[in-house]
Amino acid sequence: MTEKLQWAGEKFMREVEARSGARVSSCLQCHKCSSGCPIGPETDLLSSQAMRMIHLGMEEELLGSRGIWLCASCQTCSARCPMGIDVAGVMDVLRMMAVERKAALPDKARGRHFHRSFLGSVRRHGRVFELEMMAIYKLRSMDLFRDMDKAPKLMKKSKLPLLPNRSRSAGEVRKVFRNARKEEER
Amino acid sequence: MRYAFFPGCSMEATAWDFGKSARALFKALDIRLEEIPGWVCCGSTPAHSSSEGLALALPALNLQKAGAMGAPVMTACAACYSRLRAANHRIQNDPESRKRAEQLTEKPYDGGVAVHHILDVLVNHVGRDVISSRIKRPLRGLRIACYYGCLLSRPPGIVAYDDPEHPSCMDGLLELAGAETVQWPFKTECCGASLAITNNDVVNRLVHRILSMAALAGANCVAVACPLCQMNLDLRQDDARKAHGDFPTLPVLYVTQLLGIALGLSEKDVGLEALTVGADKLLAGAAR
Repeated sequence: MTEKLQWAGEKFMREVEARSGARVSSCLQCHKCSSGCPIGPETDLLSSQAMRMIHLGMEEELLGSRGIWLCASCQTCSARCPMGIDVAGVMDVLRMMAVERKAALPDKARGRHFHRSFLGSVRRHGRVFELEMMAIYKLRSMDLFRDMDKAPKLMKKSKLPLLPNRSRSAGEVRKVFRNARKEEER
Repeated sequence: MRYAFFPGCSMEATAWDFGKSARALFKALDIRLEEIPGWVCCGSTPAHSSSEGLALALPALNLQKAGAMGAPVMTACAACYSRLRAANHRIQNDPESRKRAEQLTEKPYDGGVAVHHILDVLVNHVGRDVISSRIKRPLRGLRIACYYGCLLSRPPGIVAYDDPEHPSCMDGLLELAGAETVQWPFKTECCGASLAITNNDVVNRLVHRILSMAALAGANCVAVACPLCQMNLDLRQDDARKAHGDFPTLPVLYVTQLLGIALGLSEKDVGLEALTVGADKLLAGAAR
């Protein structure tokens, strides 16, 4: 009897490739991305490991990792990849998938609260209103006391205005958010 | 020369000194900056990390407005620059992305509006001759570590107008202004950017690494061209020291502040009072 070989990871990998436009399958595991990664000491997921885990279809491990939220989007990996893979673009897609699939988000995934708080502020005012964004982020993440000494320092330098700097095109921005939501629901 | 100026959210808040010094510098160079009326946030990292649509459409909204002004866009913020360029690149090269941007904004846009960073404009449009002819107060005694960070340099092909691993355009400008610049290996290392909000421990480590290296290379100050780089390197020196050990205190100035001073603008014109680590002593040696 002949056994049929199956590549369990292919579906997930093709999905990541289609969405990011990056040819993850061409990764040759040279580790150039990982050696230049600034969050190497803190992360649980080096970029070259992430590429291999995509090959192997390890969706749950990837989407539940701290590393995708610790990625600073510095683009070093994308710039240095000898195969031209946009590794940072792949990280974007993994973050989106983690939120969409409500993957077991680790406690270091505070990034998702930051992104939501930031974009909410942009939707309301057309521009980010930092004081409001930070207050909402703190409440969402319950990460209340981190860096509390920074706000008064910034205020003293007039760097944290008390009122939003609203764009007169805020209505157009709301329309873009509405259209983007409709698009995602389709 | 005339540019459609895209300030970006930071320039009116956490980096108001960058905005003020950029405007003052261009006024001193007799170059017109016209703010894009009704500009909106570029979406920054939160958009490209959570929605492909917003990452295309928010930049496109701004570029459509700039297109109506008939002038190339100039922005000083490295993150805004990166997002505007990335969206343009996708809209130009991928018909699907163009269709998507047009559907989301409900307006046509072909990706044709040119976007420049202020360093690119200073080096390649204004030029060395014009700048060196206007220097009134050479930055004597300054040994500057030019720090370019991530988004001015990467990814090459989308943003870079300089060598992505070893850029030198900021060094060249500040040398024209009479300063010395130091050769050092962390010009394009990441400062941790917005991880400052969610994981400041990471940023403290990176700030410590970058500033220690700048000091080891012999610098007495750092020049930057990105609001987040400036805030992380300037505001977090005490925290970095507490967490990772001592290093010399280094003022971190925007390149526009340094050039402005060299062109004869006052400390107030370029917003030097906004720095956490003051630069008074540093600039005391520069000839009046």
